[in-house]
Amino acid sequence: MNVAIELLSAALLLVGATFYLAGTVGLLRFPDVYARLHTLTKADNLGLGFIILGLAVQADSLMMACKLLLIWPLVLMASATVSYSIARRADEMGIAPISGDGDSA
Amino acid sequence: MSLIFDTLLVATLLWSAWRSLATSDLVHAVVMFIVFGLLMSLAWARLGAPDIALAEAAIGAGLTGALLLDALRVSNQTAQPGSLAKIPALQRMAVLLISTVLAIGLIIAVLYAPLPSIQLPSMVEANMAQSGVTHTVTAVLLNFRGYDTLLEVAVLLLALLGMLAVAPARPVSVSHVPIDPVLATLARLLVPLMILTACYLLWAGDHRPGGAFQAAAVLAAAGVLLHLAGLLQAWIRPGQLLRLGLSAGFVLFLSLAAILLTEGALLRYPPVWAGALILLIEAGLTLSLSLILAGLFLLLSGRRGVP
Repeated sequence: MNVAIELLSAALLLVGATFYLAGTVGLLRFPDVYARLHTLTKADNLGLGFIILGLAVQADSLMMACKLLLIWPLVLMASATVSYSIARRADEMGIAPISGDGDSA
Repeated sequence: MSLIFDTLLVATLLWSAWRSLATSDLVHAVVMFIVFGLLMSLAWARLGAPDIALAEAAIGAGLTGALLLDALRVSNQTAQPGSLAKIPALQRMAVLLISTVLAIGLIIAVLYAPLPSIQLPSMVEANMAQSGVTHTVTAVLLNFRGYDTLLEVAVLLLALLGMLAVAPARPVSVSHVPIDPVLATLARLLVPLMILTACYLLWAGDHRPGGAFQAAAVLAAAGVLLHLAGLLQAWIRPGQLLRLGLSAGFVLFLSLAAILLTEGALLRYPPVWAGALILLIEAGLTLSLSLILAGLFLLLSGRRGVP
């Protein structure tokens, strides 16, 4: 039982870390601010969800697990609002999104 | 495993401090300063000092960061680009030399410090029963060394008064920026939770990390968030009620100290009343400190847009 929980937790944490890695690579490699925001919010929000799930299954009590799970929606709200604010500000400053080769922008 | 983590933490701390100082881009410097503050609070948590970690994250990184970003925005409106002067090489070398000597001296002083003749931790342990609380940090801050905290609050109040005195009151241009619906929704959702958190921190102070300073920082952050979302007007100048709120915590603390002085000693609570008195003082301090901290932001931003 204990080993099963440990394995489940490790798997969830690894999946979470992979999402974080993908988000970070995207932040460094993507061409403009909108694409970077896209990769950051998508990948990191999912990554955080998996990390929190991975920690919650290890928690000593149900109360502790619930407290951990409470972090996720709070961060989701904050990060969604922040990325929206950054994107809106970038748009106001006249930064045009880079479009792909097929598009004519 | 934890050694790897700690080494990484120290390395990133030093790196972010260096980047914050060395960069010529002010925005970069401020962002690195905030990163430094957050990492520092992580370091305090690793050192087993959650009280300081909470204060560092809320005040050091959060509120100071917001103030710096705000100052940056105002200075961008007035200053010419490229006005950040390069410091001459000789001057930089001198600063580096002095700092290095100072750092080495500090390290030597810490390493070769004589053992303290008074064992403070055991004295605190021995007197916890009379302190009225069960958390040692609160016992030291508000009972054993209460006068330090009293003076600290006085300094914060004086800082705000000084700021009000230096910055001349000017008519505020009413902003016509429409309220951003997304930010406003976030503020409406988060602020009740922040008030709840502040109450919890205040209540938790007597038996675990928390207390007036942390609760006040959370409340102040809620005020700043409301202002940024356009739900709370910037403060022009303190009116009657705000003045009362700003000074109430200090006045309450000072008058209790004065009353207790007639009993013999400054801030020596009767053990029966200690717990209740500390909670009363902390409640007053939470209100006043949150107004002072929020005031540093809201009173300054009230002067924005004036040429």
